[in-house]
Amino acid sequence: MPLTYNLQVINLLAALLLLISFAMLSQRRIAGLITLFAWQGAALSASTAIVAWSTGQHHLYWSAGITLVLKVIAMPWFFYRLIKKLNVDRDVEPMINIPTTMLIGIALVIFAFNLALPISQMSGTVMRSTLGIAMATVLLAFLMMITRSKAIPQVIGFLAMENGLFFAATSATYGMPLVVEMGVALDVLVGVFVLGIFFFQIRETFDSLDLKHMEKLKER
Amino acid sequence: MEIYCLLGIPLSGGLFLGLWGNRRNAPEINALFSFLTLVAAVALTARIIAHGPMVVAGEGWFFIDPFNVFLVALTAFVAFTTSLFSRPYMRIEKEHGRLNDKRLRLYHSSYQVFIAAMLLALTTNNMGILWVSMEAATLATVLLVSLYRTPASLEAAWKYFILCGVGIAQALFGTILLYFAAEKVLGSGGTALLWTHLNAVKAQLEPTVLQLAFVFLLVGYGTKVGLAPLHSWLPDAHAEGPTPVSAVLSGLLLNVALYAVMRSKVLVDGALGSQVEGVSMAGGLMMGFGLLSVVVAAFLIKRQTDVKRMFAYSSIEHMGLVTFAFGMGGPVASFAGLLHMTMHSLTKSAIFFAVGHATQKAGTQLMDGIRGLIKTSPTIGWGLMLGTIAILGVPPFGVFASEFLIITTAMHEHAWATPFLLLALGVAFASIFGRVQPMVFGETELPALPHQPALVPVFLHLGLVLMLGLFIPPYLAQWYRQAAALLGG
Amino acid sequence: MITGILLQTVQTLLSILLAPLLMGWVNQCRAWLQGRSAPPITQPYRTLRKLFNKDAVIAHSASPLFRFAPYMIFACMALAAGLVPTIANDLPFSPAADVIALVGIFALARVFLALAAMDIGTAFGSLGARREMLVSFLAEPALLMVFFTASLISQSTELPIIVQTLAHKDFVIYPSMAFAAVAFWMVSTAENARIPVDNPTTHLELTMIHEAMILEYSARHLALIEWAVALKLFTYSVLGIALFVPWGIAQRGDFAALPLALVAMLAKLLVGGAALSLQEAVSAKVRLFRAPEFLGTAFLLGVLGMLIHFLLEV
Repeated sequence: MPLTYNLQVINLLAALLLLISFAMLSQRRIAGLITLFAWQGAALSASTAIVAWSTGQHHLYWSAGITLVLKVIAMPWFFYRLIKKLNVDRDVEPMINIPTTMLIGIALVIFAFNLALPISQMSGTVMRSTLGIAMATVLLAFLMMITRSKAIPQVIGFLAMENGLFFAATSATYGMPLVVEMGVALDVLVGVFVLGIFFFQIRETFDSLDLKHMEKLKER
Repeated sequence: MEIYCLLGIPLSGGLFLGLWGNRRNAPEINALFSFLTLVAAVALTARIIAHGPMVVAGEGWFFIDPFNVFLVALTAFVAFTTSLFSRPYMRIEKEHGRLNDKRLRLYHSSYQVFIAAMLLALTTNNMGILWVSMEAATLATVLLVSLYRTPASLEAAWKYFILCGVGIAQALFGTILLYFAAEKVLGSGGTALLWTHLNAVKAQLEPTVLQLAFVFLLVGYGTKVGLAPLHSWLPDAHAEGPTPVSAVLSGLLLNVALYAVMRSKVLVDGALGSQVEGVSMAGGLMMGFGLLSVVVAAFLIKRQTDVKRMFAYSSIEHMGLVTFAFGMGGPVASFAGLLHMTMHSLTKSAIFFAVGHATQKAGTQLMDGIRGLIKTSPTIGWGLMLGTIAILGVPPFGVFASEFLIITTAMHEHAWATPFLLLALGVAFASIFGRVQPMVFGETELPALPHQPALVPVFLHLGLVLMLGLFIPPYLAQWYRQAAALLGG
Repeated sequence: MITGILLQTVQTLLSILLAPLLMGWVNQCRAWLQGRSAPPITQPYRTLRKLFNKDAVIAHSASPLFRFAPYMIFACMALAAGLVPTIANDLPFSPAADVIALVGIFALARVFLALAAMDIGTAFGSLGARREMLVSFLAEPALLMVFFTASLISQSTELPIIVQTLAHKDFVIYPSMAFAAVAFWMVSTAENARIPVDNPTTHLELTMIHEAMILEYSARHLALIEWAVALKLFTYSVLGIALFVPWGIAQRGDFAALPLALVAMLAKLLVGGAALSLQEAVSAKVRLFRAPEFLGTAFLLGVLGMLIHFLLEV
């Protein structure tokens, strides 16, 4: 079955999303991570806009716009300022070395593709096959959160996970109802600002954003 | 109308206190807003009693049935009593120099926003908004947990944020799957996530998708309930945050999270139909997680040295018990689960109030440092002792009634689970009682607390628990039965 | 048939003759980017001529293998260059133009190079051979993954059919090929001893890989090896073109398209060479133990490309 060009571009952007997820896993610098996060947001926003255009689902334009403003412009800008102010942009070795992380990542991708297969067969959207990529993005972001010990990479992992979920919603059902999406975006925004405050608190108390200092609370 | 007041009052309270919360009388204003919220909740309850079991307001955006109105009333009530308790408590903290005006403003403002988010979660008809408000409730409390800015409290808040954030992301995926299944039946657009609509067509929803959705929803919201093995944020957040926050987290937030799980369970059970005799897939999962939480928490209680951590684990244990009860399903178990939820909220917040004063007096949260409460301040001592007895399920307190109902139902329907439950409850009983006894009756040289502790909330809660243990008013019982029926009993 | 053989010969000779030119172009671009005055683009030809005119010096301990290896390596590379569709598709050699066979030919050349390097028994030779084997051990699976992705799309491992599918049917975007392209680029830089895995101009003992192996060669032997190296770069480049941007390669029997195909190929090579020199100018050589990471990433991208193919394109 020949696919339309719109769909091919969406597929390409989906693949790009996955590629960026892997690049994030292998990225050692925080500033690079933020740039990648912005690119991921851009790919997401573009694919959402193309879906909106090719299917006539106009509320998706809103989603694409919110993504563009929040995740491509506002948050990366905020994070850049944050790392400048906190002066934390250095190379960080993740807790598991990168090739191992990558191999785990591949396993996760296979798992996600298998998990998504039955659901995507049930879906009626044109871009249902990208659901697997969305799930893989979620899992990879989760992996990144596990393997990083610094605060900002963990948060970027969290936001990348949100990107993946957002993409899942778009590919399975053309996005959630607009109210819900607005609400989610608001939550994410508030969350990031709460975290901004929080970073300063952590920094003030520990003189570092390394979470290794924060392993005192354990069951003895 | 009441519903707009119910949500509007705490929200405007949060705004007001955010702007003027550094005034001297901020605690009183906080209590006033909480009181007004309680009035609105009572009015709403009265309306439900008068106008029948279900009201859908605001073009389907909100809906109230016996299940959530009972939680709304409970939430508003505990929020009010906690605000009463926090009035003197936070004053003393400020005098001890642990807090300043700026942080108190943050505290009061976030407190109101937190209450508003929980009430929104309870009353919304939209499963998506339910998610949004659950996340908002988390965000409102993150900075409360780290209010003292100690290393431990920051760590606890970070853990709380990350674990609950990851958990709640799973719940978002579950919600997406739910919408995916619903869209096929209800068509796309805003109505496909309305719970009332979903409930009407639940039998037509795609079972496999809903099963998967429920797993994600259970894991996601279950993290917030504090179900093992996702519980590790809970004791830290409870122990390191200010005591009023521990009280509302334990007494209210856990309930609201469980409420979200229950709403999803009703849909999944409907979609799966009665293909299998006995326990549904959702019920089985909940029983498993519940039982695991009860057992894990009971054995971890034994090892605690910090009094607030110990009672936090006790919260995990009781939420596990409630989850188990709801998992069993059926009218009796659901009734018992609801009753236990109420009892636990009232008792646990009362205990945290008493513990708060006790730790303030002793200057430490370590149980070895707290001794002889009965000599220096008998009211706090008795409050803690009675609260402990109540939460451990000693008759005639209400917890006994609900635990008794849960265990007898378990014996009847799932006999294999009974030994685990009894063992866990026994271990918890022995360890908690053994710890609290010297705290209350031991020897001490500490002077009495210079302030008048806020003991009205403690004894008000315990009185209610005692009353409900001895006699449940018929309209309340009726109400519980209706709610249990809604849960698929 | 005759024209086919003729065309095949022309294409192979063209590859052999053009290869040093590509090398010269890359060096020139790199010099420009580094702000040096560039050697003329024909510099590699002059170097080759100079080397061929010299007398060869061979170590006493060298075995016949050492003498034989350069011819073997050059032959392998020339064969590989002849197999890849450069300007025309579906030539007489085509049935042999199988991507897996191609990987085998490259491996054969590499084995001889490594053996020859160890043959003399110098420390540098063994060191270089060992490092080369490490790199190729990691690069080969990644290269195979790239080829598998391409052959999954066209249902064949034969290059002419792959080119036919990609270039002469309806235009389709294959996301998997995007992954494969990135992986292929990474593998090529490693296999051709370019930055960031190896530095072709270095003579620093601690870091060199390829240069360490050919230290003992001189005169015509060295000339053959240098030429083979240029040929390898050329082969990889046209291979990349055939796999990822094949538009312009003439179809079977389409002689009218040949001039255009030649122009298209030259243009693509110019762009590719410039891109390679740009990469060399902006990036630094990684430490040797980071090379596995680099190639691991390439392998991973190849696997991802395959997975994506199964997800999106079936």
